[in-house]
Amino acid sequence: MTATKKKSGADATGTKVMTMLEAINDAMRTEMANDDRVVVFGEDVGKKGGVFGTTAGLHEEFGEARCFDTPLSECGILGAGVGMALYGLRPIAEIQFLDFIYPGFDQIVSEAAKMRYRSGGEYTCPMVIRSPYGGGIRGGHYHSQSSEAYFCHTPGLKVVIPSTPADAKGLLIASIRDEDPVMFLEPKAIYRHAKDEVPLGEHVVELGRARIAREGTDVTILCYGAMVPVCQKAADLAMEEHGRSCEIVDLRTLVPLDEQTILASVKKTGRVVIVYEAPKTGGFGGELSAIIAEKAIEYMEGPIVRVAGFDTPFPYALEHLYMPDPKRVAAGIEKTFVW
Amino acid sequence: MSLELLTILDKNGKAQKGKDPNLPPEELKKLYRLMVATRALDDRGLALQRQGRIGFYLQSTGQEASHIGAAYAMKASDWLFPAYRQPGILLLRDVPYEKIIAEWFGNSGDTSKGRQMPVHYSFRQANFVSISSPIGTQLTHAAGAGMAAKARGDDTVFMTFCGDGGTSSNDFHSGLNFAAVYKAPVVFICENNGWAISVASKNQTASESMAIKADAYGMPGVRVDGNDILAVYRVCKEAIDRARRGEGPTLVETVTYRIASHSSSDDADRYRDKKEFEAWQKKDPIQRFKTYLKHKKLWNEAFEKECVVGAKEEIMAATKVAEALPPMGPESMFDDVYMNQTPGLKAQRKELHDLMLKGGVGAEIGHFPL
Ligand SMILES: Cc1ncc(C[n+]2csc(CCOP(=O)(O)OP(=O)(O)O)c2C)c(N)n1
Ligand SMILES: [Mg+2]
Repeated sequence: MTATKKKSGADATGTKVMTMLEAINDAMRTEMANDDRVVVFGEDVGKKGGVFGTTAGLHEEFGEARCFDTPLSECGILGAGVGMALYGLRPIAEIQFLDFIYPGFDQIVSEAAKMRYRSGGEYTCPMVIRSPYGGGIRGGHYHSQSSEAYFCHTPGLKVVIPSTPADAKGLLIASIRDEDPVMFLEPKAIYRHAKDEVPLGEHVVELGRARIAREGTDVTILCYGAMVPVCQKAADLAMEEHGRSCEIVDLRTLVPLDEQTILASVKKTGRVVIVYEAPKTGGFGGELSAIIAEKAIEYMEGPIVRVAGFDTPFPYALEHLYMPDPKRVAAGIEKTFVW
Repeated sequence: MSLELLTILDKNGKAQKGKDPNLPPEELKKLYRLMVATRALDDRGLALQRQGRIGFYLQSTGQEASHIGAAYAMKASDWLFPAYRQPGILLLRDVPYEKIIAEWFGNSGDTSKGRQMPVHYSFRQANFVSISSPIGTQLTHAAGAGMAAKARGDDTVFMTFCGDGGTSSNDFHSGLNFAAVYKAPVVFICENNGWAISVASKNQTASESMAIKADAYGMPGVRVDGNDILAVYRVCKEAIDRARRGEGPTLVETVTYRIASHSSSDDADRYRDKKEFEAWQKKDPIQRFKTYLKHKKLWNEAFEKECVVGAKEEIMAATKVAEALPPMGPESMFDDVYMNQTPGLKAQRKELHDLMLKGGVGAEIGHFPL
């Protein structure tokens, strides 16, 4: 394979209504056409097109060398991905479910994340690790976890989580073009949830920029991934029941974090609720809370509240109670006013 | 170097000379009954999933001889570290249908309290250790348990299962290596059913077989016809006896076929050649064993009916009972995280309780996989 760059593939214009699944597929197709260094591999990503269909048609269109099935080894997928990146490819490694990443964890935290630093910048690892994560699909213990915090805790890794189809495409393309390893976590509960106008061809959403998903004045809700639509509903409830105007900040990138947007919103509203579906303790929400306490405590008019998963392993039969839902988030919103 | 495929039953259902383990008639009939019941259970599981009454199911169709034959060679006191495709072992070890089916519903009748997806059983009473989804992890557990039994001077033997895909896992390497180094009493069964979801086993490894990998670890490796219950039984019996004598682990590759799709969420027609599937259908392990029983004059229509109808009726009745059991109570979510609930968990339990009193909490949940 040659490492030349084709100029285009980005000639398509206009928009098309897509699900997040389709948008992710479109992002990979666009970048594979743009840049022949981009390869996609993992378990069942070839002919089957992935267990959710995110890689559908890529094997057919780009051939075995560009999109291929691997043996059942996350360690192999991720370690080989590091090697490919070192030698000049732009690997996109798919891990079938984030819950199965641990046999390859070492390759992420010890190798991919540290390559640039430990070699003094001589070697780099521009790879994307894509993986569906999170609950909401009756997947039980091992098809539901939300373990982004482990990766956010690892310097050298970027961590990206989209919540809309258009962002999924734009952020994935930005991740593929990024010079550092990126964990691209896909909220599978909303893979087919919402359809959205997605730009065709070139569409890049810069990493490190949060999005104001709803403007409001009374309280800020910080969230990401599948919790964004939950927070939208909670915000409706808070308005209906108590007349609270919520501003929803969709973080989009956890690392690097858009502190500016977060702090600006929090300073404006004076109240904040942080929503994530991972177990509460040690979750990314703790970090957000600490940043706000350090940098904006004097603006706060109520306690910083977290609404999160409980500190238990993911329960199959009680999933509906484990996951933060609009009512629970709305109760959290009220706690910032009455405590 | 290539390993011969050990077979006992020929095409016509005759046992090859000198190879028949000569099990007593009642035992042969019991094995047949178990295979038929296992298939009936699988059919029921898939039907319940299709009717939307349970969230997920995963069949073992075509692999009945492979796992029942293997586990049948053990003593009841021997332990199993299963993967997720060996439900017949539960029947062999007398786990009641009701208990198995309650696990699918994940309700208060489920011994694992609704914590896992369907088919991830845990039955301590049957020495059947809790099943994990992450592929291969049980292989190292079996090695360690074998080391422990050896240290304690027990003669327990451990059998653990993985698929062809499982041979690529880190734990396959570590499990086999540890068991061999410490001469642990473990029998590793690799059920090579041709596929790991959509990845054909020929793309899983460049080795000529799975069994041959044993050689590099310093243990015997055997390839056996996985649709021939007598051959599987015989090979596994030898491996178990060897383990019990303190001579260490064995790797057994049972060559079989995944007749069904990977699970209720998969459609194998999208990636699998029909001809391959049809060829394997002709080697159905239940039919082959039936032919053998006919030769032995142990099979007739009445016996068939007793096996098939008997199993179906019992399964139907058990489904009715299991389905009607109450769900797990919400507060059970906080049990078993630790032996004693931590103060933090107690507080969270109260938080959920209070929220529920106010009413209306509960997230919308989709289907697996979306
Ligand atoms: C570590 C890990 N990675 C990926 C998966 C997803 N997955 C579930 S089953 C399976 C294929 C397993 O194939 P095989 O080992 O041959 O067993 P079979 O399903 O054929 O019985 C895969 C990839 C998983 N469960 N665990
Ligand atoms: Mg298999």
